[in-house]
Amino acid sequence: MNLPPASPDLPAASPPLEIHDLTVSYQKKPVLWGIDLAVPRGKLVGIVGPNGAGKSTLIKAVMGLLPLNSGWVKIFGEPYKKNLTRVGYVPQRESVDWDFPVSVMDVVLMGRYGHLGLIKRPGRRDRDIARDCLDKVKMLPYANRQIANLSGGQQQRVFLARALAQESDLYFMDEPFSGVDAATESAIIALLNELKDKGKTLLVVHHDLPTARNYFDMLLLLNMRVVAFGPTEEVFTYDLLQKTYGGRLTILSEVAEAVRLKS
Amino acid sequence: MDTKEHECGRAEARRCIRGHSYYYSEKLAPSAQNFGARASGPLCASDKAKWHGLGTAPGAISGPEARAPLKGGSAALGPFVVVLLVLLALFLPCSAEAAKIGEITDTTIREQVLRFLTFRDPAVRYAVAGSVLLGISCGLLGSFLVVRKMALVGDALSHAVLPGVALGFLWKITKDPVAIFIGATLAGLLGTIVVSLIQQTTRLKEDTALGMVLAAFFAVGICLVTMLQRLPTGNKSGIDKFLFGQAAAISAADVWLMAVITALTIAAIVVFYKEFLVTSFDAGFARSAGFPTRLIHYGLMLLLAFAVVIALQAVGVVLVSAMLITPAAAAYLLTDRMSRMLWLAAIFGMFAGVVGSFFSFLGNNLPTGPFMVLGATTVFGFAFLFGPRHGVVVRWWRHRSRARRVQRENTLKSIYHVLEDRAFKGEGVSLRELAERRRETVEEARAQVNELHRHGLATLHEEGNSIFVTPPGWQLACGIVRNHRLWELYLTRAAQIAPDHVHEDAEKIEHVLGDEVVRELEKRLDYATTDPHGRAIPGIADLRAAAEPARGPGSLAGFIRKP
Repeated sequence: MNLPPASPDLPAASPPLEIHDLTVSYQKKPVLWGIDLAVPRGKLVGIVGPNGAGKSTLIKAVMGLLPLNSGWVKIFGEPYKKNLTRVGYVPQRESVDWDFPVSVMDVVLMGRYGHLGLIKRPGRRDRDIARDCLDKVKMLPYANRQIANLSGGQQQRVFLARALAQESDLYFMDEPFSGVDAATESAIIALLNELKDKGKTLLVVHHDLPTARNYFDMLLLLNMRVVAFGPTEEVFTYDLLQKTYGGRLTILSEVAEAVRLKS
Repeated sequence: MDTKEHECGRAEARRCIRGHSYYYSEKLAPSAQNFGARASGPLCASDKAKWHGLGTAPGAISGPEARAPLKGGSAALGPFVVVLLVLLALFLPCSAEAAKIGEITDTTIREQVLRFLTFRDPAVRYAVAGSVLLGISCGLLGSFLVVRKMALVGDALSHAVLPGVALGFLWKITKDPVAIFIGATLAGLLGTIVVSLIQQTTRLKEDTALGMVLAAFFAVGICLVTMLQRLPTGNKSGIDKFLFGQAAAISAADVWLMAVITALTIAAIVVFYKEFLVTSFDAGFARSAGFPTRLIHYGLMLLLAFAVVIALQAVGVVLVSAMLITPAAAAYLLTDRMSRMLWLAAIFGMFAGVVGSFFSFLGNNLPTGPFMVLGATTVFGFAFLFGPRHGVVVRWWRHRSRARRVQRENTLKSIYHVLEDRAFKGEGVSLRELAERRRETVEEARAQVNELHRHGLATLHEEGNSIFVTPPGWQLACGIVRNHRLWELYLTRAAQIAPDHVHEDAEKIEHVLGDEVVRELEKRLDYATTDPHGRAIPGIADLRAAAEPARGPGSLAGFIRKP
């Protein structure tokens, strides 16, 4: 791998994300159980699994948004709190109120807040960065619009621009492709690959199996436990997918379809 | 700030309040129960010291505000400074002209209005200053409640403070603002803690927990208040004013406390605007970026409890939540930026506060709370009806004018069709021709043409039976027909829709196609000249003909006339 080091001061040995024996439960019912994971740098990783497999929960638990029952998480070899600014986050689009009285620019500027810390307000440099990020997702003409009038794809681009403005090395994205048009989907995947080429690591929750095969370098097959984690071509097999999705018939036919397309 | 002077002002105020309750217990003539009566005697005697102590209070607010432009940059804080100057002005004149009790018994409305507007009366000054301050803090914090969808929390909090008010009263046995403030804040916070406890330990959802806690705390409060009123000292102590609010009961010490709390609120919002914004919009993201969302939430709740408590005396427990929500809701309708919403909500809050205390004063101290809430609701009503973007009336008006424009354009199109059928020969179109074309009566057609006439698009000649289009009218007619036919052609060519399926769609789209789209359509259709039905698409030449009808193709001169 000929990649420029993302941060030369840290030993190359510490992976962007390392999870050990992570267990998370909602009201005593485990959602994630004994997760072990070490994600190498500069990879575009898809997290796939059936509904309720704990895909979003995994992301949230890693970022400390949910209490852990056991285990630990290390970001670049350190606890999450020490590397806050090196982690970017794209939550699910539905998690916010899109009638909120803010402009597109305001939302993207929020990506800079983590770097600013408490009290300090975004300055000109932050605005310039936010504008660049909006330009990258082709939403600059919308900078001063209120977010309420955006389409699903546009909303997703705004969230992506906000994540770009975070200028992080490790990104967590929760279903960035849900409810977006085909043009936005291909624009997003191009952008993710561009980030990857800059040595960033991306973990993306994805729910569409057939496209998952083409989009990601590595796949994490998740269903409460890690079913498999590895390069897409090794992991995307009928057996493993069946193990992930269990006996759900409709999904199974989808899996069969996806695997047949592969061969 | 000179603390000694300050202390002096407070002590003075307390003495006044005692004097005041004394006065009430002695003499209960309802006609005398107005601002002036309350403020007489003890207040005037110590005017000077008091103004001095109070004059510093608004000054305390100006601190964070003066800093704000340097910090935020985006939000100009000018209007707030103006408000503060007005507040200051309320306190500066030491015209100790408080009316004697005797003079007040038979006041006319006009005199009352004058007394209110001239601020002669110290009690009026307190009431107005207090209303302005509570309006600001309630408006600002209410804005965050509204965008965080926590309006019910404000309601529950305001009801939950009542037992605290009663206990604070019991503690000092007088209406000591600080004791009441502490008691009420503690009770309010206890209420919110109980709500989250119920939420976390049971399956019940927030709204249920809020509903229960609200009622339970309020019930306890009512019991305590009733008990207090039966106490020998508590009789007519003014505790009942906390239910429906009485701006006249605001004392100098109350205003001082309100000023401090409002200053604190403004300072917190100016300093932590970014944090409040991001945690309100996207709490998950804020936490992932390292912001202490829970701490910020509790900070907001604490400020909210403060705001409720200082507003309590003027607005009353029952209605104080409306002062939080209604101004903010009106502001929400009028703008789509958080900073502007905060401004508007604060201004609406102030307006409602002043209006409320004014009407309450006019009616010889009717409860202030209902009037304030009605003031705020009036503002909301205006925002609802006349808001520039989402107002109902404005939307209706916009819809109506659009419908009329479409109607005019359709009439012009019909005139064009009539002219087209006779190959643009001859003179003006007769009303009967137009009526037949449009399947209307002649009278309806006449009304339509009159409408065109009003907009300078057509004229009626020869005993009102011959319609001539004006040059702009001709241009518009050509434009609409061109839009229609271009769209039909585009649908048949690009979307492979049969020619007999495209008319209805084009009927709608012809009125909304912009110049840019039309140019793009022309380009994509290789500047076609005939539509799918074989009729000519009006082009630039036809449009130009309108400018010089006399010199254009001979036939055009016949039916185009300048008005």
